[in-house]
Amino acid sequence: MEYIRARFEILRDTDRCNGCGRCVRECASGAHYLDESGRLRASDCKCVDCQRCVETCPTGALKIALNRNTFHPNDNWGDRYVEEIHRQAATGGVLLSSMGNPNPMPSYFDRMLLNASQVTNPPIDPLREPMETKVILGRKDRRITRGSDGKIAPKAVRGLTSDVPLLFSAMSYGSISYNAHAALAMAAKELNTYYNTGEGGLHKDFYRYGDRTIVQVASGRFGVHADYLNAGAAIEIKMGQGAKPGIGGHLPAEKIAGDISATRMIPVGSDAISPAPHHDIYSIEDLRQLVDSLKEATAHAKPIIVKVAAVHNIAAIASGIARSGADIIAIDGYRGGTGAAPTRIRDNVGIPIELALAAVDSRLRDEGIRDNVSLIAGGSIRSSADMIKAIALGADAVYIGTAALCALGCHLCRSCQQGKCSWGIATQNPELTKRLDPEKGAARLVNLVNAWTHEAEEIMGGMGINAIEALRGNRLMLRGIGLNDRELSILGISHAGE
Amino acid sequence: MTTYSAVGLSGRDINDIIRRERDDNITFTHVNGQRFIADAMKDKTVTVEGIAGNASGAYMDGGKLIVRGNAQDAIGDTMNGGEIFISGMCGDAAGYAMRGGEIYIGKDVGYRAGIHMKEYGLDKPVLVIGGVAGDYLGEYQAGGLIIVVNTEGVVNPLGDDYATGMHGGKIVVFTDCEPKSLGGARVRGAESGDIDELAAYIDKFCALTSREYDDIVSRAAWIIEPAGRNPYKRLYVNN
Repeated sequence: MEYIRARFEILRDTDRCNGCGRCVRECASGAHYLDESGRLRASDCKCVDCQRCVETCPTGALKIALNRNTFHPNDNWGDRYVEEIHRQAATGGVLLSSMGNPNPMPSYFDRMLLNASQVTNPPIDPLREPMETKVILGRKDRRITRGSDGKIAPKAVRGLTSDVPLLFSAMSYGSISYNAHAALAMAAKELNTYYNTGEGGLHKDFYRYGDRTIVQVASGRFGVHADYLNAGAAIEIKMGQGAKPGIGGHLPAEKIAGDISATRMIPVGSDAISPAPHHDIYSIEDLRQLVDSLKEATAHAKPIIVKVAAVHNIAAIASGIARSGADIIAIDGYRGGTGAAPTRIRDNVGIPIELALAAVDSRLRDEGIRDNVSLIAGGSIRSSADMIKAIALGADAVYIGTAALCALGCHLCRSCQQGKCSWGIATQNPELTKRLDPEKGAARLVNLVNAWTHEAEEIMGGMGINAIEALRGNRLMLRGIGLNDRELSILGISHAGE
Repeated sequence: MTTYSAVGLSGRDINDIIRRERDDNITFTHVNGQRFIADAMKDKTVTVEGIAGNASGAYMDGGKLIVRGNAQDAIGDTMNGGEIFISGMCGDAAGYAMRGGEIYIGKDVGYRAGIHMKEYGLDKPVLVIGGVAGDYLGEYQAGGLIIVVNTEGVVNPLGDDYATGMHGGKIVVFTDCEPKSLGGARVRGAESGDIDELAAYIDKFCALTSREYDDIVSRAAWIIEPAGRNPYKRLYVNN
């Protein structure tokens, strides 16, 4: 006997419903169906609350609600624990979830407030005055070398130049659809920022966006070859991911079809396994070797990013990476998204990006090596305010993944691992992927980033700051609210009122 | 052929020469552990006299790297095409994630040789180990062919925990004693069809190391294959 309780109930207003059956066609989970007599029915236990039927219903007849049917209330043994035990008792399986940790854990972004100038240092009106939001990411070499002609020699490795302090984070082709990748690539090009291939290789159609692409190398080395490495503007070594630190990637065989197989360069029907450890990396020296071998493979022309999950001792880890020859460190907080991760790992492993970032920035400054690297922070940057706070804590730029997917239509139903995304994002089913128009998607991404940039300019203007680089690590612009001394000390900020 | 002495050169200097040199056939003498030699090389023949350092031949896409001596770790990491021949021994993680091309190693290899080896389409990597292999041979192997020639006829030429997480490809071992079945992999005696598939590679190994084909195939051959291509399928439940 299986006890799988429906988490949601599908409410149909029969007065409004005209029986058109659109919900049946739109629902990728099969929750809406026609019964034998042709009447519209719904199966609550299949509903994942993706909101597709609600948004597409022409008469507004549908609502999805939390199931009013509850287990016997128990604050300790919440419904979720009982349900999860039932699932595991039925199958013996490891619980698999997707997207970021949804639990009510403290958000430090929400407990920090920003400053504004009042009298002594006037605010700047961003509509009237120039505001610089461009960032250059990479090693900042303090030495100036001159050629034999006495002129300043160009840098061997040019940094990444983005018009906005925001890049699209790694999401592989396989975890998301071709159209989603196309939208990210087009938007990155228009915005003069970067998107990231993730570890699934680079589809041949997207090589033309190479100068706006960060190509990733993970332990499984899927789709990695000399042309791929040279196609991108930078190479990111994935050591870890915020949603699943210490856990690798595993794309099940069902998702490895056609182009995915060709892009990852693995056979159809074979699992794509990239375990957490790189089996040639056991130390910072070994990491340095991979960094250097990638630099050799690309004639030292491209910056190397090392991406790690925020975990205990992240400051010491980052200090090591900053000495490994890497040009950029990307730190992913424990709320970062994923296409699939074991639930227990996602919800319990890692630390918040706010604390990790502050600790890393402080440590690198203390050691005098902050200019060796740029820092990119990710792991649930939900708004321009989060982005500004991250930069004030010490980031050079932020990565957004979940926010970008939301711009493409994602409603955060957290069912990516099932591969049946009704919005055509986290699926490879051609009937579903065609729901996402890459050009419209790109336009929405551009809108989002432009809106955030305007907001960032207004916030900066309010502070009397006219360049994003002057905000970086400027923790005087932050105050904590409701934080204890220890938290304030790690964040390196004062409390509100101080 | 153009010859350079590697004395005083870094791995980066050596690669600069390889990229710049118009001769397609280049020899470096007195190589003493310089790393990354011939990384991502596409079409030249590079001979190393001495010891090739870590990650030499990584991302190689064509051409030939010949090492007259030993080589250190991660040789041919993520190799995509071409040929590597090492007359002596090799350190750990040789052929890591190689997807194409051929590596011939005259003597023993360290841990984790052929880890993550994979194949795609016509790209089928081959790793031939002349001597014995260290632990974790063919870990996570997803494709391609690993041959342990075992020229010295050691009874157990495999280390511990070979083929762990293997889900594609094949390991062939020449030894008089049947290897144990471990983890997700199956072991069976080789049939004549199996040997036919290997013959060309063994021939090439013999030519490179001046050995006799018949001496090698006179020993029993065993095939280690994955029990399934989806080892983790039953591991998860949707939440």
